[in-house]
Amino acid sequence: MTPLAMPPVAIGPLAPVLIVLGAAGLVLLLDLLPRPVGRELIATVALAGLVGALLATLARWGKPGRAFQDMLVLDDFALFANVVICYAAALVVMLSIDYLGRNGPETGEYYALVLFSTGGMMLLAAAGDLIVLFLALELMSLSLYVLAGLFKRELAASEASMKYFILGAFATSFLLYGIALIYGATGTTNLDRIAAAAAGRAHDPLLVIGLGLLLVGFGFKISSVPFHMWAPDVYQGAPTSVTALIATGSKAAALAALIRVLVTALRGSQPDWAVLLWVVAAITMTVGNVVAIAQSNLKRLLAYSSIAHVGYMLIGVVAGGSAGPGAVLFYLLTYAFTTAGAFGVLTLCERAQAEAVEVGDYAGLARRHPVLAAALGLFLLSLVGIPPLAGFVGKFYLFAAAVRAGYLWLAVIGVVNSALAAYYYLRVVVFMYMREPEGAGARLVPSFAGGLALAIALIGIVLLGVIPAPFADLAQAAVAPLLR
Amino acid sequence: MPPLAWHALMAFIVLNAILGLVAYVTLLERKFAARMQSRIGPYYVGRPHGWLQPIADALKLMLKEDVVPTAADRGVYNLAPIVFLVPCILIYATIPFAPDLGVADLNIGVLFFLAVSSLEIVGLFMGGWGSNNKYALLSAMRAVNQIISYDLPFIFAALVPVLLAGSLQMSTIVAAQQGLWFVAYPVFGQLAFVAFVVATLAAENRVPFDILEAESELVAGFRVEYSGMKFALIQLGEYAHMLGTSFLGALLFLGGWLGPGPAWLGPLWFLLKAVLVFLLVTWVRWSFVRIRVDQILAISWKVLLPASILLLFATGLWVATRGAGA
Amino acid sequence: MTHAAFLVIAALAVASALGLVLRRNAIHGALFLVVNLGSVAALYLTLGAEFLAAVQVIVYAGAIMVLFVFAIMVLIPGKEETGLDPRRGWRLLALPVGALLALQLLLVVRAGVGPVAPAAAVPGGVEAVARLLFTRYLLPFELTSVLLLAAMVGVLLLARRRV
Repeated sequence: MTPLAMPPVAIGPLAPVLIVLGAAGLVLLLDLLPRPVGRELIATVALAGLVGALLATLARWGKPGRAFQDMLVLDDFALFANVVICYAAALVVMLSIDYLGRNGPETGEYYALVLFSTGGMMLLAAAGDLIVLFLALELMSLSLYVLAGLFKRELAASEASMKYFILGAFATSFLLYGIALIYGATGTTNLDRIAAAAAGRAHDPLLVIGLGLLLVGFGFKISSVPFHMWAPDVYQGAPTSVTALIATGSKAAALAALIRVLVTALRGSQPDWAVLLWVVAAITMTVGNVVAIAQSNLKRLLAYSSIAHVGYMLIGVVAGGSAGPGAVLFYLLTYAFTTAGAFGVLTLCERAQAEAVEVGDYAGLARRHPVLAAALGLFLLSLVGIPPLAGFVGKFYLFAAAVRAGYLWLAVIGVVNSALAAYYYLRVVVFMYMREPEGAGARLVPSFAGGLALAIALIGIVLLGVIPAPFADLAQAAVAPLLR
Repeated sequence: MPPLAWHALMAFIVLNAILGLVAYVTLLERKFAARMQSRIGPYYVGRPHGWLQPIADALKLMLKEDVVPTAADRGVYNLAPIVFLVPCILIYATIPFAPDLGVADLNIGVLFFLAVSSLEIVGLFMGGWGSNNKYALLSAMRAVNQIISYDLPFIFAALVPVLLAGSLQMSTIVAAQQGLWFVAYPVFGQLAFVAFVVATLAAENRVPFDILEAESELVAGFRVEYSGMKFALIQLGEYAHMLGTSFLGALLFLGGWLGPGPAWLGPLWFLLKAVLVFLLVTWVRWSFVRIRVDQILAISWKVLLPASILLLFATGLWVATRGAGA
Repeated sequence: MTHAAFLVIAALAVASALGLVLRRNAIHGALFLVVNLGSVAALYLTLGAEFLAAVQVIVYAGAIMVLFVFAIMVLIPGKEETGLDPRRGWRLLALPVGALLALQLLLVVRAGVGPVAPAAAVPGGVEAVARLLFTRYLLPFELTSVLLLAAMVGVLLLARRRV
C-alpha cells in the first residue's frame, strides 16, 4: 500500500469558520459542566466567537485565499458576506440573551446551534465547489430547522419547525439533483471548472435542467415566489430571535452562494437565468408586498416584507455586471441591520406574559416607550426606503444597476412596489404614534444586551444611509474576483 | 473450467456443506445445552446420541401442515422466510475456507459480510409485520431497536482486526495472523474479541439479549405464526447466520485456517475454531438470564458503542504509529 | 453479460420504484424501497464500485430503511390518512404539469445528451475511495462530521422530554 500523501492543508482561509465552529464546540462543552454555568457566560462565549470570526474576516480583507483544492474560496466577496453574516448572528445572539429565558427554555444548545448555523452560512458564501455548497447549506438549514421548533410546547413552533424541515428537505433534494445533473454535464463540481467545461455549450439540456433545479433549491432558501409558502408560518412560529437569523443570515448566505454560482460557474447561461430571474423577481416583489398589506401579525408582516425584499435583491442579480451583484451585497448589509433591528424591537416587547406580535399591541407605544417606538419607526422607514436611511440607498443602487443594465421595466416594477410597501410599514408607525391601545399594550422588557444590539443596528442603518459610498465601493470591489 | 462455472460449482458445494453443517450444529447445541443442565439430550433417533435427530426434525417440519393466519398480510408473510434466509446464506459467499477455497474472496470481504448480514432484519421485520399478530409485531419492533443498536458496535469490533491487518480482504486478514492470532494481539485483540462476542450475542438475538423472542412474554416472537417448512426456513436462517458469524469470528480473531499440520488440514482447523466460537456463544446463552429492553439499549449506547469507538480510535492510532500488517 | 445484468437490475429498480409509489399500503411501499435501494447497490457493483455498494446496503437498506419501517409501524396510519384526498380536484393539475415534463424530457432526449465528459475513471476499491476522501475531498469529509454533530445536538434538543 502506497502511503497516503496528505495534501497541504491551508487553515488560513478556513480561520473565520473554524473560530465559529470552535466556539460552538466550546459552548457545548460549557453546557456539559457538572456545575451549570450561567447562560450569560455561554452567550458571551458565543458572542466572542462571532466577534472573533468578524475580526479574522476583517484581517483577511484584500488577501484572498483558496484552500482545499479550490473547494473553499475566501475572496473579498465571501469576506463581505461573512461580515454581513457575522453581524447578523452577533445581533441575534445579543437579542436572545433575555428573550429566550423569558419565553421558553434557554439552553446552551441554542447558542451552539446558532453558531453551527452561522458556520454553515459562512461556508456557504465561500464555497467554491458544489459539494461544499451543499454541505454548508445543510449545516445551516439543519440547525435552523431545530431552532425554529425550539419552543416546542407551542403548537405554532412545532408547525413552523415541521414545515420548514419538510419543505426544506424537499428543496434540498432539488438542489442536489441539480448538482448531480450539472456534474453529469460537465464532469466536475468545481465552480471554475464547470464554467470552463460549460463554455460554448450553454444549451446542453443536462446543464439547463440542472440550472433550473438549482434555482428551485435556492429559490426555497431565499424564499422567492413560488417557493415562499413556508416563510410566513416559519417566521411566525419560530422564536423571534431565530426568525431574525433566518431572515438575515440565512438569506444573505444563500443569496451570496446563488450569485457566486450564477456569476462564476453558470455565466455562460446568463441569458437563460436572467430571463427566468426577471420574472421571479417581479412576481416575488409584487406577491410579497400585496399579501403583506393584509397582515395583522407583525411577524407575518415582516415575513412577507422579507419576501418582497428578496424580490428587490433579485433585481440586482438579474442586472449582472459588477454593479448588480455589488448592489445586492450592499443591500444585504443594510437589510441585515434593518431586519435584525425590527425583529429586535419585537423581542424586547411583551404583552401579558406573552410575546407582543400583533400590530394592535403596538398602539400607543410612542407614548409609553418613545425611544423604542422611534427605533422601530426608523427600522420600518428604512425598510420602506425613506432617505436618509440605509434602505433608501440600498434600493437606489439596486434600481440604478437595473436601469444601467437596460432592465428599465424591472426597475419600474421595483419602484411601484416600494410605494405599495410604504402603506403597510407606515400603518404600523401610525398605530404606534396615533392610536390608543385597547387594554394594556405592549410593554418594554429591559435588557442590556438587547438594547445594545438595537443601538448597533440603529447606528448601522443611519451610518449606511448617510455615508454609503465607502461601503458601496467596498461591495463593488468585492464582486470583482467573481467576474474574472 | 471457465471461471463462472467454477464459481457456480463452488457456490453449490458451499451451500450444501453449510446446510448440512447447520443441521448438525443444532444437534450440537442441543447436546451441549443438555450437558449443561445434566440431561442427555436427543438420544433415541439414531442411537446412540441421536445422530439422526436433525434429519428427523427436517422431515417432520417438511411434512407439517402449513398454516397461514387468515388476517395475515399474505404476500409479506409468505416472502418473509425467504428474505430472512437469503442474507443468512449469502454471508458465506466471501468467507474463504482455505486459501483459494471459497466462493469469492472479495477485496471488501468483511464489508460485504457486514452489509449482507444487516439485511437479515428486513426478513425478520416482514415476518413480524406480516403475521398480523401482536406478539410478532412487538417482537419485530424490539428486534429493530436491538439490531440497530448493536450493528454499530459489531461493525466497530470487526474493524479492529481489519485495521490491524490493513485490509478488508478475508484471506489477507488471515495471512496477517500468521505470526500471532489477533485474539492474542496485546490489549486490542482481547478487547475487540470481547466486544465482538457481546455484539454477536445481541445480533443473533441470543440470551441475554433475546427479548425479541422471550418465550415468557412473546411466545416465540416474530415467528410465532409460522409453521412447517416456513418455520424450518427461519430456523435454518437463524442458525446459518449464527454459524456464519462464528466463522467470521474465527477468521478475524482466531487465525482462520492457520494451524499446525499440512495445508489440507486448514479447513478442518477453521471449522473447529468456528465451532469453538459457536460453543462460546451457546455457553453464554445457556448460562445467563435475559435482561430488560431498556438495559439492552443502555448497554449498547452508553457502554459498548463508546467503548468500541474508543477502541477503534486507539487501534487506528497504534497502527498509524507502527504501520499496518502487524 | 454486463449489459444483460444492467437491464435486469435496472428493470428491478424501476419496478420497485413504481411499486413504492403505487402501493397504498405504507409498509409495502417501504419494502419496495428496500428492493429499490438494493438494486441501486447492485448497479454500483456492476460499475465496480464495491465499497459504495456495500455502504449503500449497510446504511440505506440495513439501517435507514429499518428505522423508516419502524416509524411507519409505530404511527400505523389511520383511516383519515389513507382515505381519499380531500382536495382530489388538485390532482387534475398533474396532467398539464406531467405533460410539460414529458415534453421537456422528449426535447432533452431529442437534443441528445451532450458529450458527457466522464469523470476520470477511478477504481472503486476501498483504497481509492479512502485516498480521495482524505485528499481531494478532505474539506467536505470533515464538514460532514460537523453537520452530523449539529444534527445530533438538534435531535437531542428536540427529543429531550423536559427542558
